[in-house]
Amino acid sequence: MDIDTGATAWVLISAALVLLMVPAVGLFYGGMVRKKNVIATMMLSLTALALGVIQWIIIGYSLAFGSDIGGLIGSLEFLGLNNVSIDGVSGEIPEMLFICFQMMFACLTLAILSSGVVGRIKMSAFLIFGAIWLTVVYAPLAHWAWGGGWAGQLGALDFAGGTVVHISSGFAALALAIVIGKRLGYGNQAMNPHNIPLTLIGGIFLILGWFGFNAGSALAADNLAASAFLVTAVACAAGALTWMALSWKGGKPSSLGFISGAIAGLVGITPAAGFVNVGGALAIGIITAVVCYAALTWRIKKQLDDSLDAWAIHGMGGFAGAILTGVFAVAAIGGASGLIEGNAMQFGIQILDACVAAAYAFGVTFALAWIINKVIGMRVSDDEEYVGLDIAQHGEVVN
Amino acid sequence: MKMIVAIIRPEKVDDVVDALEAQNIPGVTITDVRGRGEQRGICLQYRAGQVQIHTLPKTKLEIVIPDKDVDTTIKTIREHARTGKKGDGRIFVLPVEAAAWVRTDDFIVG
Repeated sequence: MDIDTGATAWVLISAALVLLMVPAVGLFYGGMVRKKNVIATMMLSLTALALGVIQWIIIGYSLAFGSDIGGLIGSLEFLGLNNVSIDGVSGEIPEMLFICFQMMFACLTLAILSSGVVGRIKMSAFLIFGAIWLTVVYAPLAHWAWGGGWAGQLGALDFAGGTVVHISSGFAALALAIVIGKRLGYGNQAMNPHNIPLTLIGGIFLILGWFGFNAGSALAADNLAASAFLVTAVACAAGALTWMALSWKGGKPSSLGFISGAIAGLVGITPAAGFVNVGGALAIGIITAVVCYAALTWRIKKQLDDSLDAWAIHGMGGFAGAILTGVFAVAAIGGASGLIEGNAMQFGIQILDACVAAAYAFGVTFALAWIINKVIGMRVSDDEEYVGLDIAQHGEVVN
Repeated sequence: MKMIVAIIRPEKVDDVVDALEAQNIPGVTITDVRGRGEQRGICLQYRAGQVQIHTLPKTKLEIVIPDKDVDTTIKTIREHARTGKKGDGRIFVLPVEAAAWVRTDDFIVG
């Protein structure tokens, strides 16, 4: 197929938008932590971006999109981007653009995952963990969904990364948080967000980037991209208003609740963006926000310190979205039918896909974190944690 | 009248304020401050050398009370701000000559 200039232009912009999401998630999380940890928290996201780029060109892309080996992993044919030329084509866009676009997804996933352990993880441990995690967790999941692996072969629907990005980062964050342990004083000290406007600014850029994330996943500038754009907006708005209503019921309509709901709606629509119509998107936005809200309240009750709720919002939101894709998919949009069109098989495949992705991400992350923790230790000392990671890890401070 | 000036750990503020309120001492002015005590900040030990942090963030509470409440206030602050580790803070008691209300013409001589 020849390169389509319109598609290339749109995916170039989309790749840049997804790139923007990575520092945006840093701002989003940076506002939610205490003042002494804001630089360190933002640095985790920025580091994820740099680390993700290098890991992707060395081995990540090859493992995710190399020739399929047993439905489980890609070959090493593209190791170090060997066999990739400037003339390569992927669908309607240059192969190099496809590599870039997918690279941003990997970076973002690691950035989301970092939120589970803010305020207590050593940068050195995060770098080692991140590089290995992208190789043994992210790359296989990307291969399963999009690179010719078993989930894609089975017909599992994941338009823009419900399993690959959100289930994986959310469940991995929970596993990592359990291994590393709670923040000092968690549960008996206030750990309120130090700067909600910073979180809102990050959230706004995150929402903006999400349109590249979802509509760019059409990998074309066509009616499917436009449809994905529209349903993304609908689910985001529905999620935001739903969470706001839920928080209002319990007191006041908080801005943090509103932005969390927007993100929850976006997470829910991610796997479904190319398969559902606006009605489905509305339902997905509302249901996902309710699921995430319930998961968050359960997490707090259980005293689990997945500090910034990657599991509740991304993990459970992605889980709900993956399954709801199997409910609301309509053939007229993406060629696949879900439960409402009488396709129970698709619904079953979506459940299986979500469960395997969640179990794999949680299990492998737990084992990996446990080993790294035993070998080099992942946590800073109590004194460093008390002073804050900005000074302790970076020698800088917010005045 | 006396003014209690307590320099305590920031994470203990809510506990202390709630406990004082339970003792019917609701009024307090709270300021974020930085400072150092006998241990001159804190020294973080790394594999390669040390990092000295000269001042640490603390929170200052200022509470004006009748003389009879001084002991209760000090006891309450100690009870709820103490961790047993260095850096728990200090409590100072200052004389207050008078207090005047802004909204009304009330004026109390200490």
